[in-house]
Amino acid sequence: MEKLLVAENVSKSFGEFKALNDVSIEVPKGSVFGLLGPNGAGKTTFIRIINQITMPDTGKVILDGEPLQPHHIQNIGYLPEERGLYKSMKVGEQALYLAQLKGLSKSEAKQRLKYWFDRLEIGDWWNKKIQELSKGMAQKIQFVVTVLHQPKLLIFDEPFSGFDPINANLIKDEILKLRDEGATVIFSTHRMESVEEMCDHIALINKSNKILDGRLIDIKRAYKNNTYEVGLVTENHESVAAELKERFELSPATFKTINDELQYKIKIDETATANDLVAYLTTRGQLTHFVEVIPSANDIFIETVKNN
Amino acid sequence: MNHLSLIIKREYLTKVRNKSFIIMTFLSPLIMVGIFTLVGYLSQLNNDKVRVISVLDESGLFAEQFESTDNLKYERVDGLALSEAKKITEENGNYGLLFIPKNNNIDELAKSITFYSEDSPSLGTLDDIEDAIQEKANTMKLTEAGIDAARIKELRVRVNTRLETFKGQETSKLGSGIKLVFGGAAGYLLFMFIIIYGNMIMRSVIEEKTSRIIEVIISSVKPIKLLLGKILGTSLAGVTQFLAWVILLGLFSVIASSIFGIDPGSMPQQQEALAQADAAGGMESIVQDVFVEISNLPIANLVVMFLLFFVGGYLLYASLYAAIGAAVDSETDTQQFMLPLLMPLILAVYVGFFTVIDNPHGTVSQVFSYIPFTSPVVMLMRIPFGVPLWQQIISVVILFATFIGTVWFASKIYRVGILMYGKKASYKELAKWLKY
Repeated sequence: MEKLLVAENVSKSFGEFKALNDVSIEVPKGSVFGLLGPNGAGKTTFIRIINQITMPDTGKVILDGEPLQPHHIQNIGYLPEERGLYKSMKVGEQALYLAQLKGLSKSEAKQRLKYWFDRLEIGDWWNKKIQELSKGMAQKIQFVVTVLHQPKLLIFDEPFSGFDPINANLIKDEILKLRDEGATVIFSTHRMESVEEMCDHIALINKSNKILDGRLIDIKRAYKNNTYEVGLVTENHESVAAELKERFELSPATFKTINDELQYKIKIDETATANDLVAYLTTRGQLTHFVEVIPSANDIFIETVKNN
Repeated sequence: MNHLSLIIKREYLTKVRNKSFIIMTFLSPLIMVGIFTLVGYLSQLNNDKVRVISVLDESGLFAEQFESTDNLKYERVDGLALSEAKKITEENGNYGLLFIPKNNNIDELAKSITFYSEDSPSLGTLDDIEDAIQEKANTMKLTEAGIDAARIKELRVRVNTRLETFKGQETSKLGSGIKLVFGGAAGYLLFMFIIIYGNMIMRSVIEEKTSRIIEVIISSVKPIKLLLGKILGTSLAGVTQFLAWVILLGLFSVIASSIFGIDPGSMPQQQEALAQADAAGGMESIVQDVFVEISNLPIANLVVMFLLFFVGGYLLYASLYAAIGAAVDSETDTQQFMLPLLMPLILAVYVGFFTVIDNPHGTVSQVFSYIPFTSPVVMLMRIPFGVPLWQQIISVVILFATFIGTVWFASKIYRVGILMYGKKASYKELAKWLKY
């Protein structure tokens, strides 16, 4: 798959503190790429390097086949975590200013702003000052400003903070729409459920080092460990439960059901298959529930960071 | 449009459109003219009250000497006893009683004159009275000694030392005063400009930090460009405000003087000074002298150097103000950095107003006119007194070289500082930032 952004062996220190240690990351074109990691891991530093706000000490960043250069800022749209707008400036004026800084002409910026303001139904805010708007409203403006110059690469740092669920959904849909229109999205967040929903690739940074990256599906495959969640209606719960405990590695499970049944997570040997387990269980009772346990992004995050 | 001009335009427009900026632009000259008008009006009001002074002149020598004016009336109470005269004066509510006893010895007489009043009399009134008595007493003593007093008056000489440099440049004491006014005005103007608009730059940097827009901007523009744009945009707004002040000040003065009939520019002291000048040798010749002196000033040199030092000095301090803004999170945190910044500036004004006046080419004046943090103010004050061109050039070169240094320093601090939130910067921290 073609890569839009390639970071090779990027390191960055602030004085004594090493913020990034030899990090290499590849972001495929047209993907939604999740950049994950605990607080202070170095995500923001990495993002700032892509935005040429800070320069790496060593290593290089290649955008669309070219080493990063000043003119590339026009190809990048960045929504920082610490974000805001000039409070006493009017919405329209401010959006025009920021768009022009990104290299758009005034007339073009106006035209596109009109399109986006209509799309998000915020047209009548044009002459309002930011301080008259609510936080969520201001965030919408901020989003528009970020995507207005149709960048190839969009970088969102915690994009949903400050949005109510409705607007968060709206923005999520807009991001996915932009991806479908050909943009590549780097997405940094702590909110694992949105990673689950949106990202097809992830990289995990912890303590300045990249400790995991790849397609989310591949990673999940690598992290699953032949565990199945089962529900079994039996005539004698105690004896079956005792037998299961003897044969398998069991852990308790709870899921909603209408039956009175045994609920367990069952881990089987590497060599065994799901079919073997089903075959065994059907001899012991009525199988009502059988699901492979796939590790969530949350589980993977916690496990890798803990083990690191 | 390129980035820099966009930023300058935005900075300029937001400053100029800012409500408090507009209000201050109109209010400052209004308040100034208002205060002067009020003071002028009040002192006039004071003068309007007629003071009546009773004079009991037992000697009979001085009674003629006291001429009543519009607000000071002398009332003779001849022939009364002192105690009676006191009583009458008090009953009539007069300002006071001047008692001149009878005594043939003028020296003794002069010492025994008494002024009785309810409160301590104003010094001005007392001076007037003493002057009148003194003049008469002097004349009397001269006559006693057989000297014609009128003749002495005729023969009095007015001295005005002409000053000339070895190169033949003529000056005078009056000229020195005018030079001082020019130099002082230029230095003080720069001082005010730095403080007012340096602070404005600092606040606008802090605003970008607190509103958290900085990272959005920085992802489109190099920090140094933003820094420059801010300084230039704010400076243009400052120049606009200064021009507006000059125009409005003139306008309001004209309006105030036409309404109240008071010239806010002419304070009592000035009137006095003018009156003295008048007595000394006539108004016209003084005015003429002033114009001659002004035309003798190195005007071209002054203007060029004023622009260079003004721009250089202002930018030097402005970049440091911006660095402070970047290093802190809120305006209350700026204190620890403000003092070291203001010290040289205040020092410069002190050196300017005390040392330069005393000795414009002394060692202290010279040294401070080379140090870049004081040179703009001190050198501007020295130039009217004639500073060799090479000294001026060296000083300008040092100033601009330092300016480049401070911009480098400021942009380093700025680049790191604008992205630091919630960290209280110490000097140690700042030193570390320079290495990032």
